[in-house]
Amino acid sequence: MVPITTLHYIVVAAALFVLGVIGVLTRRNVVIVLMSIELILNAVNLNLVAFSRMWGNLHGQVFAIFVTVDAAAEAAVGLGILIAFFRNKDTVNVDEIDLLKW
Amino acid sequence: MIAVSTGMAPVATPWFFYGLAGLAVASGLAVITRRNAVHSALALIVTLLSVAGLYLMLYAPFVAGVQIIVYAGGIMVLFLFVIMLVNIERSSKDRQFNRMWPVGLAAACALMVLFVSAFVKGNKLFPDRGMTLAEGSNTQEIAKLLYGEAGKMGQYTFAFEIASLLLLVAILGAVIMTKKKI
Amino acid sequence: MLNSLMSYFGSTVTPGEAGNQLWALIYVFIIFTGVSVAVMAMNWLERKALAHFQIRLGPMRVGPHGLLQPIADALKLMLKEDIIPAEADQFVFWVAPLIGLLAAFTVYTVIPFGPSQAVSDMNIGILFMLGVSSLGVLGIVVAGWASNSHYPLIGALRSSAQMVSYEVAMGLVVVSAILMTSLNASGTGTLSMIGIVQAQQQQGIWFIFKFFPLGFIAFAIFAIAMVAETNRAPFDMAEAESELTAGFHTEYSGLRWSLFMLAEYAAMIAVSSIAVTLWLGGWMRPFPNLLNAPVWEFIFSLFPGLTFAGLAAIAFIGAARMPGHSFFKIQRIGLAVFAALLGFLALLLLLIAVAGRSADASVAARFRGGIDYVYWFVFKVAIFMYLFIWYRATWPRYRFDQLMRIGWKVMLPISLGVLVLTAVVGVLVK
Repeated sequence: MVPITTLHYIVVAAALFVLGVIGVLTRRNVVIVLMSIELILNAVNLNLVAFSRMWGNLHGQVFAIFVTVDAAAEAAVGLGILIAFFRNKDTVNVDEIDLLKW
Repeated sequence: MIAVSTGMAPVATPWFFYGLAGLAVASGLAVITRRNAVHSALALIVTLLSVAGLYLMLYAPFVAGVQIIVYAGGIMVLFLFVIMLVNIERSSKDRQFNRMWPVGLAAACALMVLFVSAFVKGNKLFPDRGMTLAEGSNTQEIAKLLYGEAGKMGQYTFAFEIASLLLLVAILGAVIMTKKKI
Repeated sequence: MLNSLMSYFGSTVTPGEAGNQLWALIYVFIIFTGVSVAVMAMNWLERKALAHFQIRLGPMRVGPHGLLQPIADALKLMLKEDIIPAEADQFVFWVAPLIGLLAAFTVYTVIPFGPSQAVSDMNIGILFMLGVSSLGVLGIVVAGWASNSHYPLIGALRSSAQMVSYEVAMGLVVVSAILMTSLNASGTGTLSMIGIVQAQQQQGIWFIFKFFPLGFIAFAIFAIAMVAETNRAPFDMAEAESELTAGFHTEYSGLRWSLFMLAEYAAMIAVSSIAVTLWLGGWMRPFPNLLNAPVWEFIFSLFPGLTFAGLAAIAFIGAARMPGHSFFKIQRIGLAVFAALLGFLALLLLLIAVAGRSADASVAARFRGGIDYVYWFVFKVAIFMYLFIWYRATWPRYRFDQLMRIGWKVMLPISLGVLVLTAVVGVLVK
């Protein structure tokens, strides 16, 4: 079998990224859109860590830790916004969240 | 800084890689296609755990540990709580893809074509130098980058402090967003 | 394969380090069997001890003194009808106990029973344990939701809120214990479980006594948080029988419920081993520095054999005191056989202790070392298990809002204070 190179990991990260982008662009449920954003961030992390191993230093891993922290903060705030919106409009469809003020 | 170790070569690496990568992509597919939000959340947990396994294969045990604790143990619990609160029973009977789904799919396919062409053209840019990072001291090396050593600041200490400030702001934001009366 | 089997015998590292998959699998098998037996024993001990605390006898009929009761329970649970609520999500209902079980059992790969008696000594050992045990929360949340009923949902949300709150305090005091590992010559600590115990060995003090009372307060916070983490009394509001019917596992019957119970007891043993490793010196025998003459080594190495001899004596006395009625004949014979087995094991251990007396690297000495390490570790964990049962018998349970108040308003500030003070004292001492 061909030895596993950095390119293998990058291909996996690209596949996850594209899946996340499809999820963000096509799903109606806001929670699933947020989960697809988490997929995108994970793909980026995988890319960073793969490159960190390729270059042999740890800067990529530290960057990946910061991205993880950032994703946690963003998920918390995003879900908070979702809950606040749900209390008012009682829906979680992206198509129906289309008013700035009502 | 470059750290090379001469430890034992891991066995069955291709099996583990293809298994974990296949699992990650398959459950990623399940995340974006399931009608039920809880099924999507469970599939995302599987994706996160298999990506943590891939990190372990890339000699990054600390990032794998952080991934398991923060992502799978923290963020996904938050998602499941919110799914239960929002109670998407009704919406799982609606149409689940929005009106613009052909455009979205086309955009994603264009992105995939871009990636594939980048990989084909730039094949020489990703050499595998065969370096294995020292695994026994991974945490200590990351700590040196984050916190500094021997009296001087690390390279990422400032970013670390900013990240903690970001988390504080996120906590405040989440609390204010969900309070019934501000 | 025989080569791989024999090549590990002389090594002083864990199978994970040595890259020996066969021995890693054997260790995994041994640990799995051991934990299952321990869970069954814990089930029996809980019922008997609770009963004796409440001045009654507990199960006495099934085997002699109820010793076969766990087997009867397991058989009953396996033969019960498997009820799945209508409208429940079938797949999620089926997968929820598995998540809890996976989370509870995966932590056993890094638990150090000895300096080379662990499945694998990961560089991030304690981080891995905290992370994987926090995956158990997911199993509970999903179980409550999948039951499609009010009481399990409320129980699951309460249970998981409680577990998440006490994880914060747990993590902070664990960090304060890790800080203490860095007070060595090179100034770098370690997250690996074996490394933590070796740091205690090197610094010559169990971390519970270090920087007194900081180590002790940290240990106390962890001891309280781990009881809350595993949903045991006095923090078992979410699953106690008289509250909320049975919490998140109300709708689970038969084998599925027993999987939850298995996961709960396994998680109890896992967090107790974290406490033992971080503060109580892991596999080290008591007084390793104060009483380090060879005669004390010999005396402490007799303890495994003496413990089993004591258990055999208790079983024998129990057999002798059985009523002479013919109804009890089989029970008496069974208990006597059990006592004989325990006595045989005691004799074996005493022989190994005596044979390995000399400190050279003979096979008997290495066996004795390994047995001693495992024995002291299991002994300390067993003390914690008994404490869990004692807490359940003695204390009334906290109301849920009182529970959350303690978790966030009392434990979190104290653990933050302990962390900061440990760091300050550590810097000043250097």
